[in-house]
Amino acid sequence: MQKVYTSIIQIAGDVITVEAEGVGYNDVAQISSRQGTSLAQVIRIAGEKVFLQVFAGSRGISTGDKVRFLGRPMVVASGDDLLGRIFNGSGAPLDHGPEISENTIDIGGPPVNPVKRIIPSKMIRTGIPMIDVFNSLVESQKLPIFSIPGEPYNELLARIAIQAEVDIIILGGMGLKYDDYLFFKETLRQHGALSRSIFFMHTASDPVVECLLVPDMALAVAEDFALKGRRVLVLLSDMTNFADALKEISITMEQVPSNRGYPGDLYSQLASRYEKAVDFEGAGSITILAATTMPGDDVTHPVPDNTGYITEGQFYLKSGVIEPFGSLSRLKQQVNGKTRPDHRAIMDTMIQLFASYRQTVEKQAMGFQMSAWDKKLLKYGGLFEKDMMSLKVNIPLEDALDLGWEILAEAFSPEETAIKRSLIEEYWPKNSR
Amino acid sequence: MNKRIGHIVEINANMVTVGLEDFVIQNEVAYILHGGLRLKAEVIRVRDDRAQMQVYESTSGLKVGEQVEFSDELLSAELGPGLLGQIFDGLQNPLPALAKECGFFLKRGVYLEALSDSEWGFTPLVKKGEHVLAGSKLGFVPEKVFKHYIMVPFGLKGVLEVVDISAQARRGIKEKIAVLKDQSGKLHEVFLKQRWPVKLPIQAYAEKLRPAEPLITKMRLIDSLFPVSRGGTYCIPGPFGAGKTVLQQLTSRHAEVDIVIIAACGERAGEVVETLKTFPELIDPRTNSPLIDRTVIICNTSSMPVAARESSVYTAVTIAEYYRQMGLNVLLLADSTSRWAQAMREMSGRLEEIPGEEAFPAYLESRIASFYERAGLVRLHDGSTGSVTIGGAVSPAGGNFEEPVTQATLKVVGAFHGLSRERSDARRYPAIDPLISWSKYKGFIEEKKENAGHEALRKSYEIFQMMKVIGEEGISLSDYIAYLKGEFFDFVYLQQNAFDAVDEATSKERQIYIFDFIHDILLTDFKLEDKEQALRFFQKLRQLLRTWNSSAWMSAEFKQIEEEISILLEEKRIPEEK
Repeated sequence: MQKVYTSIIQIAGDVITVEAEGVGYNDVAQISSRQGTSLAQVIRIAGEKVFLQVFAGSRGISTGDKVRFLGRPMVVASGDDLLGRIFNGSGAPLDHGPEISENTIDIGGPPVNPVKRIIPSKMIRTGIPMIDVFNSLVESQKLPIFSIPGEPYNELLARIAIQAEVDIIILGGMGLKYDDYLFFKETLRQHGALSRSIFFMHTASDPVVECLLVPDMALAVAEDFALKGRRVLVLLSDMTNFADALKEISITMEQVPSNRGYPGDLYSQLASRYEKAVDFEGAGSITILAATTMPGDDVTHPVPDNTGYITEGQFYLKSGVIEPFGSLSRLKQQVNGKTRPDHRAIMDTMIQLFASYRQTVEKQAMGFQMSAWDKKLLKYGGLFEKDMMSLKVNIPLEDALDLGWEILAEAFSPEETAIKRSLIEEYWPKNSR
Repeated sequence: MNKRIGHIVEINANMVTVGLEDFVIQNEVAYILHGGLRLKAEVIRVRDDRAQMQVYESTSGLKVGEQVEFSDELLSAELGPGLLGQIFDGLQNPLPALAKECGFFLKRGVYLEALSDSEWGFTPLVKKGEHVLAGSKLGFVPEKVFKHYIMVPFGLKGVLEVVDISAQARRGIKEKIAVLKDQSGKLHEVFLKQRWPVKLPIQAYAEKLRPAEPLITKMRLIDSLFPVSRGGTYCIPGPFGAGKTVLQQLTSRHAEVDIVIIAACGERAGEVVETLKTFPELIDPRTNSPLIDRTVIICNTSSMPVAARESSVYTAVTIAEYYRQMGLNVLLLADSTSRWAQAMREMSGRLEEIPGEEAFPAYLESRIASFYERAGLVRLHDGSTGSVTIGGAVSPAGGNFEEPVTQATLKVVGAFHGLSRERSDARRYPAIDPLISWSKYKGFIEEKKENAGHEALRKSYEIFQMMKVIGEEGISLSDYIAYLKGEFFDFVYLQQNAFDAVDEATSKERQIYIFDFIHDILLTDFKLEDKEQALRFFQKLRQLLRTWNSSAWMSAEFKQIEEEISILLEEKRIPEEK
C-alpha cells in the first residue's frame, strides 16, 4: 500500500505538511522533487495533516511534488557486508560501492531491559595515563569528550579507536569537516583498522537535518553486532551539531523552547542515544565515545550540561591535554580495584596534590611569598604536567603507576602524601631518580 | 457494562488526542488498540469532545482513527506480599519476568501482573464480629524477614464489621481472606493484595506526627552535621559528576531503616544494574539477610518512555506508604526528581500550556510539594508508628541552584545537602558543601559540639579566602592554625572513603566517639612555633586519623593508633588555664 500524495499544503523550514490518510507516526516517506529524491519522516499527525521533516532540506521542493509513504519506520542495512564501507547521513553509500538493502533493521528500536544488562567490568586500555590511571575507560561506557573547536578531540577519538581492543569501530560524523573525515579515514587505514570500521558520514556541507539520523543508524548497526557477540566502539563527532539540528526542527514546529532555544526533551533525546551503550548478558557490548563541543567553552550550556547528566563521566580536553579536574569516569571504580593495589591511592593522592598545586600557582601569580611547601608543590605540578598529562605520553598502566610514585618521591616525603603506610612500605621508591 | 471507546485524531510524539463518544474521567487509564497491541495511556486533559492523553509507550506507527478503550480506573499500584526484592518499571511491570518473556528488549504493550501468583501462609489477627477501620490489620503473612500485614483496604470508609475471616492457612494472592460489612450494610471482600491509585496519598492512619528520631545513614557529614529524621524529607542537588548517585547508593546500603524503595527516575540504566546485581550479595548486618530482601526498585531509566517517568515516582511513594502502614520505617530515594519535572515540562509543552520559568509548567511547585508531603511519621490506628522518609536527588541545569526545580524543592524539604563542584573536583567526598547545606532536624551529636564543628569550618573558610587576597604571610599564626584545624576536620571527619570497607560506613557510637575526639582537638591550643611547623603537625595528625578511620571499631589496631595520636597531641598541647 504505497500511496502517492501530491498535496503539499505547507513548507516551513525543513518541515512540510501533506494531506494524507492512514499514515503511521514516525513512518518514512520519499519525496521526489527537481532536486532529486529525499527521505522524510512523520513527526506529527493532526487529522489529515501529516507533518514531515525532510532530511535533505526543503529547498527546491514544490507544492506539487510527489510524496510516497513507505509504510514503515526508518531502517538501515546491517551485517558484515557493511565493514569497511562508508555511508552518508541517510544510509546511501559514499564510497562508490554497491547499495546494501538486505538484512535491514529498524533504527531507534526499543530500550534494553535493565535486568538484561551486566555490570561493566573490563577496562579498555588506551596507553594515555590521564585516562588509564585517573579515569579508566570501561567497556560499555558512554563518555563524551567536552572540548571547544580547535582542540584535537578528533585526534583523541582516533587514537583511542586504534589502540582499543574492540571488534568493530563505527564512526558517526555529524557536521564533520571534510578534512576531519579524511583524517579519520587515513588514520584508521594506516593502522589497518579500516576493514573493521563502518562510517556514517554527515559533513558540514550536507543539509543540517540529515545529521539527525546519524547516531540512530550508527547505534542500530552497533546493537545488531553487539547482539551477535561483537564488542563495538561507536565514535560520534560532534553531538552538539546533532542537538542543534533538533533545535532547528523543534523551533520550526513552534514548540515552546526550554533553555537557549533547545527543546524541552533535549535530555530524553540525547539519553535515548547514549543509553544504547550496553554490555549484554551473554552477548557483546557497545561503548560510546562522543565529542561534544561546548559553545563559548561553557560547560553549563544545555548540550554539555544535559550530556553530563546522561553519560558515565566526561573527559575535558583543554589546551591539548585532558584536564584532571572535571574529567571523570564514573565506571573507573569497577576496574581500578583489580589492576594493582596502589592504583586508587596513586589516583586520589596525585589529584589532591595537583589541586593544591593549582592553588599555589594562583598564589604565585598574585605575587605572594612561596613557602617551603609551596615550592614542593610547584616542583610536583611541573613534573606532573610534563610527564603525566601530556597526550604525547603513551605507556601502559603499570609503567604509569610506577611513574606516579617516582614523581611523588621526587617532590615529597612519604607522610606529606598522606598515603596509607602499608602502600608506602611496598611502593615508595627506595632511591628516587 | 459496555466499554467506553474513542478514536485517535492527533498524534504528537507521546501525546495522543482522542475524539470522544461518551464521558471520560480525568487521569483515567486508557488503552490504544494498535494491531494486536494494547498501549497504556492516561487522560491528562479534556477539551470539548476531545481527550488528550499521555502514552506510556512509544507511539511509533500509531495512526489516526485507531480505537481507544477507556478503563474506568485511575493509574493504580498493586499492593501485597511479594513486592520486596522486586524490580519494577514505572508502571509496576516486573522487569525480570518481562525479560523472561521478551528477552533483551522492552517490548511495548506487554503488561504483566506486578505480584506473581503465589501462596502465602496467612495468620488472622481479628475475629468475626470485630470492628475495624481502613488500614486496620486483619492478619499477616511472612515476607522475607518481615510480618507483612494484610490490611483493610485503605479506600473503605467508616467503621466496618468483620463478617468473615480466613483461618490460619495457605492462601493464594488472589484468594479472598475476609469479608467486611460497612455501615450501610454493603459487603466488601478483602484479598491478600489491594490496589491504590498512585497519585493519591494513603491516609489510613490516626495522626501525622512531627519527625523526631534521627535516621542514621552512617555518613558522618550527614549524621553529625546535617541530620535527617525518620519521616523527614531532604534533597541532594548537585551538578553532574558531584556524586549524587554514589551518595544515594551508599545511603540505600547503610541507612538504618526497615525498607528502602529506590526510584531510579530518568537516570542511567547502569546505575540500577549495579544495585540490582550487588544487593543480593550484600548482607544487611541488622537482619543478616541480603540487602535486596529489604529493597524495592522502581526503575524508569532515561531511555524508557518519558511518560512512565512521572508514574515511577508516584508508584514508588505509594509502595513506601503501604509498608509504612505496617508500622515500618521506610526510606524512599528518588534519583532524580529533575527528570520527573522534565517529563512534566515535555508534556506541558505538547499541551501548549503557557510556560513558567525555563518552560516548566506553572504547577511544578505544587506537584513537587505534594510529593514531598507524602513523607512523614504517622501513628497508626493500633498505636504503633511508621514512617516514610524521602530523599530526592535534584539535577539542576548547569549546576545552578537558582533554577526552578531546586528552588521549589528547597521550599518543602527539611534538610538540604548541596553538592558542590569545587569539592568534587578536589576529590573531597562526599561532596556535600558544609557551608551551604542546612538541616532543620536534630541529630545525635550534642548541639553545642555540632555548632563548634560548623564554626571551625566557617572560620577556616574565611581565613582561606583572606589568604587568597593577602597571602599566607599576611595572616597571623593563630589564624593559620584555625585554618588548618578546619581543613583537618574536613579531611578526617567530613570526608569519607566510599571504597574503604571500614570507612564507608560509620556507626552512631563511633561517630559520637570520634566527633568528641576531634571536637577536643579543635578547641585545644597547641605549641607550634611557626606556620611550617603547624602545617607539618596537622599533616601528620591527618595521616594518623585517616589510618584510624580505616581500622575496625575498637580493634587492637584502632586502640594502638588512638594511643599514637594521643601521644602526638600531648607533646604539643598547651594545658588550659584554669
